[in-house]
This record gives sequence, structure tokens and C-alpha cells, in this order.
Amino acid sequence: MSLENILSNAQRGQRELGAEKKVGWDEVTQGVVINAFEYDATNVSRELSEDRKYSDFSSYTATVASWRIIKPIYNRDICIDCQNCWVWCPDTSIISRDKQMLGIDYDHCKGCGVCVEVCPTNPKSLLMFAETADGEECLAGWPVKEKKAKETETE
Amino acid sequence: MAEKIELQKVEVWDGNYAASHALRQAQVDVVAAYPITPSTPIVENYGQFVADGYIDGEFVMVESEHAAMSGCVGAAASGGRVATATSSQGFALMVEVLYQASGMRLPIVLNVVNRALASPLNVRGDHSDMYLGRDSGWIQMDAFNAQEAYDMNLCAFRVGEHMDIRLPVMVHQDGFITSHTAQNVNPLSDEEAYKFVGVYNPVEEMLDFSRPVTYGAQTEEDWHYEHKARQHKALMDARPVIESVFAEFQKVSGRQYKRVETYMTEDAEVIIVALGTTVESARVAAKQLREEEGIKAGVVAPRVLRPFPFDAIRDALQNCKAIGAMDRSSPGGALGMLFNEVSAAMYTTSARPVMSNYIYGLGGRDLSINAIKDIYRELQENATAGEITTPVQQFISLRGPKLSFFETRRS
Repeated sequence: MSLENILSNAQRGQRELGAEKKVGWDEVTQGVVINAFEYDATNVSRELSEDRKYSDFSSYTATVASWRIIKPIYNRDICIDCQNCWVWCPDTSIISRDKQMLGIDYDHCKGCGVCVEVCPTNPKSLLMFAETADGEECLAGWPVKEKKAKETETE
Repeated sequence: MAEKIELQKVEVWDGNYAASHALRQAQVDVVAAYPITPSTPIVENYGQFVADGYIDGEFVMVESEHAAMSGCVGAAASGGRVATATSSQGFALMVEVLYQASGMRLPIVLNVVNRALASPLNVRGDHSDMYLGRDSGWIQMDAFNAQEAYDMNLCAFRVGEHMDIRLPVMVHQDGFITSHTAQNVNPLSDEEAYKFVGVYNPVEEMLDFSRPVTYGAQTEEDWHYEHKARQHKALMDARPVIESVFAEFQKVSGRQYKRVETYMTEDAEVIIVALGTTVESARVAAKQLREEEGIKAGVVAPRVLRPFPFDAIRDALQNCKAIGAMDRSSPGGALGMLFNEVSAAMYTTSARPVMSNYIYGLGGRDLSINAIKDIYRELQENATAGEITTPVQQFISLRGPKLSFFETRRS
């Protein structure tokens, strides 16, 4: 699958959370149980999420992008692929393959900023911007490396 | 395969031991427990039975009752037959997870050995914990003696695990008076009991890797109401299932149970409605009063507190003149639960028996046969007068000045 498909595949986030078909009390699932797949999923753990076919009631197929007011922007040129953001993201919204950071799942990212907080590079490889900000402009104005106070003194 | 135990035709068991033998015969897969007085021996005996090879199961010791019920939820969602036991403060700590269990429709069996709730701290029997659980979405069955503690446990698995129901079930017995009093118990043989309870059939079990499921989803205003409505429907629909399980149990045991137990109510003018061991005391008092004073006394007792037997209560009390609803739980600024629910049931019929409320026995305070007779005599006066001759709510067998609330406005 191409990088573009992984970052935004057709399955993921195809509807607003809450836009699913509403049914009456007599049709809801017993015990509020949600089946993630409608087929025999015995080997699904060996498939990548973009290759799986999630059920309509799985949150994978829903988007909560509208909940977000600030968003992380990712700068590939600075990232060292340390995977810190992937480990810490509370919504598994950092997309990484073979230990290489690819981008952000904007269908499920809530804009909490944890990824920026844990990013160890200087300058950071992820920064928060307004939800409406243009990605290209954000990258163009990316901050430069901050010099340590000590180095400044010796100069 | 678990080893069997050759039981006598009549065993001398207390309520706790009777309940634990029922758990053994049901071959419960997992008991996650944090033992608490007076329910401790139930889970202790289960652990002993597992250790001695009489159950193919697992006893999981946890760090609190909240964790105990959480462990039960996990084990039940995974696909096992699950039970535990608790009382009082432990029950209170479980409450949050009780709602999870019923919402997830997991047929866990919880033995609640009824005990007062602190403060003041008290280990004796009253019905505070049973009352605390009444909106939790569980089926609640009440045993009045050790035999019934055994019988209700066996029936509880059948009811909760029924494919149309799939709800958790509490089996209540009175702390100490039932749980620690050795009585004659007629158990089923292991073969009969296995056959009656049957093999556990899981639904949407998490250990089925071909069908991964999410338990404990979040729903907001767009879905929550429908799910709770469906759950309530299942609870209400449990009524005929309970009746059919009781009928089947009668075939194997010879013992007959009903959602509402009645005693001498055919021609009764005055009836006491009560729960737990008080039912048996009231039966003795009613019989004696009929012989000694000619008072047409009867006893009505919900065997199944939830789903509340609104229908069967109406049938049982339709022809009497005065009803004393006896609540063994501090009513917390209201009339007692039995008074409120029985009154509501009667108010939807054309019958207008005189209703009064008695609070008694808190923290294990003894209720004598004579005290019950006094209630019947008051009820007789009410029946004769056609109105409540006493305050509507009275505390009885209480030291100090008479404590009572509200006068009737019927006349």
C-alpha cells in the first residue's frame, strides 16, 4: 500500500462519530458488545490496520477530527524516528511502519499535544498549530535549532 | 475432571456451606473474591474444593471487592461461568462494577450475605446491602434459610445464563441467622445437580479470537437510553423464565418456589410482607395467632426482589384488608422500600388495603415472635377500622421514645 493510502485510507474515518445509522432499543447489541469485524478474524493480528476490513461500528471507520481545535504538524526533515510519539500517543494516532515515522492519523488525533511534548529533537519534529493552519506554511516557518544558553555566553 | 462428593440425603449445613456446595456442583470456572464477614466461608470453601480437586476452577484472590467484581466481569466476558460472594461494605465497594456487569449482560452469580452498612460499623444481618443493589440491573433472589440458599444458587445459574436473559443474579441470605446457623439441607446428588445446572454456553466471549469484541463501550445521549431500555426489558422478561426454572427445579428436588411466596393468604385479612429470615418468624406468628386469637393472619414474601414481582404481589394481596410492610433497612428519609413498592402495586388495582410500614431489626437487632404478633394485632385494628390507626411508619423494638412518622389522610 502506498504511503498516501496508509496516511488516509478509504476505510478509516469515513463517517463522523455519531453519524452511524440509529436503531431502536430492540435492535441494539446485547451488552453493548461491539464486533470489530464481521468476518472470521482469526489471523487479523497479522494484518496491518489499513489492510483490515473493520465493521461499521468499529471506531476505526469513524472520524473525530471535528473535536480538534489545534493539530500537530510533522516535520520529516528533523525527525530521528525515535518512536517516542508513537509510544506515548493516547489515541494510537501516530502512523509508523518498520520503525519509521510516517505521519498522523488526523481522523483520530484529538490534538492533545503529547507527541510534541515527548519529541526529543531540537527543534521539535512535531509542533502544534491552529486546526485551520496551512501545513506547507507551517513547515516553511518551522523554528531553527535553539542554541543552549551556555554556548551563547562563551561566544 | 473434578472428583465428586457422595452427599447424604440430609446434610447439616449452614447457609454459607450450602451456597458453596451449590457453587461446587455448578462447577464454577472462576471465583474472584475478597472475603468479608459473614460471607467469607462461601468463597473460602470454594477455594478448598478447588484445592482438593472437587472443582475444575480457579480461585482468584484480589485486593478489594471492586477488584473482585472486576475480575468476575473479566472472567465472564472471557467466557467462563463465574461467581463470588460479599456482604455490606464489600457490596458497597462493588456497586460501580455491579452496574458494569449487568450492562454488559454477564450472567455472574453473586452471593450476598446480608449485613448492615456502616456507620456505625456492624457485622450483623440487616437488608441495607440488599436494598443498595436494587437498581443495579441484577436479578435478586432471596433465600430465607440454608436450604433455600442452596436451591436459589442452583436456580440462579439457570436463570442468569438463559439465552433470553443473560443477566447477573444475586442470591441473598441473612447474615449469621442463615449464613451461620446449621440446619437440615436436602441437597441434590452431584449428578442431578450437574444435569440441572448444565454446561455453560458463553455468548460473545473475548477468548474467541475469530470474533474480536469490545466490552464496556461508551455511549452518550444518542445510544445509552436504547441500551438501558433493552437491558430493563431483559430484566422484566426474566419473570416467566424464573417461573419455568423453578418448575424444573421442583421436578428434580420436590421443592416448590414462586416469585412471591405466600403463607395462609387464602382467607387472610391481615398480611405481613417481609424478606429474609423474618418471613419464617412471621409464618410462626401467623399460625399461632390464628390458633390463639382467631386473627386471620398471612405472610407474603418476594422470593425474587428484582425484577420486582409487581404482578404476583397484586395477586397475592388482592383480597386482604390490612398490610404491614416490614423493611429491615434504614429508610434514609423515606418510607421503606417494601412499603413504597407494594403500595404502588396495590394502587394500580381497585383494592385499597390499609398500608403501614414497620422498620425493624437494623444491625441485627432481634425480632421476636411476640413483636410480630403485636404488628398483626395492629393490622387487625387497621382492618377493623378501615384506616391506619397508627402512624404510617413506625420503628419497632427500638429503645427510647416511640419513633414514628406521618398520620393517615385516608378518612
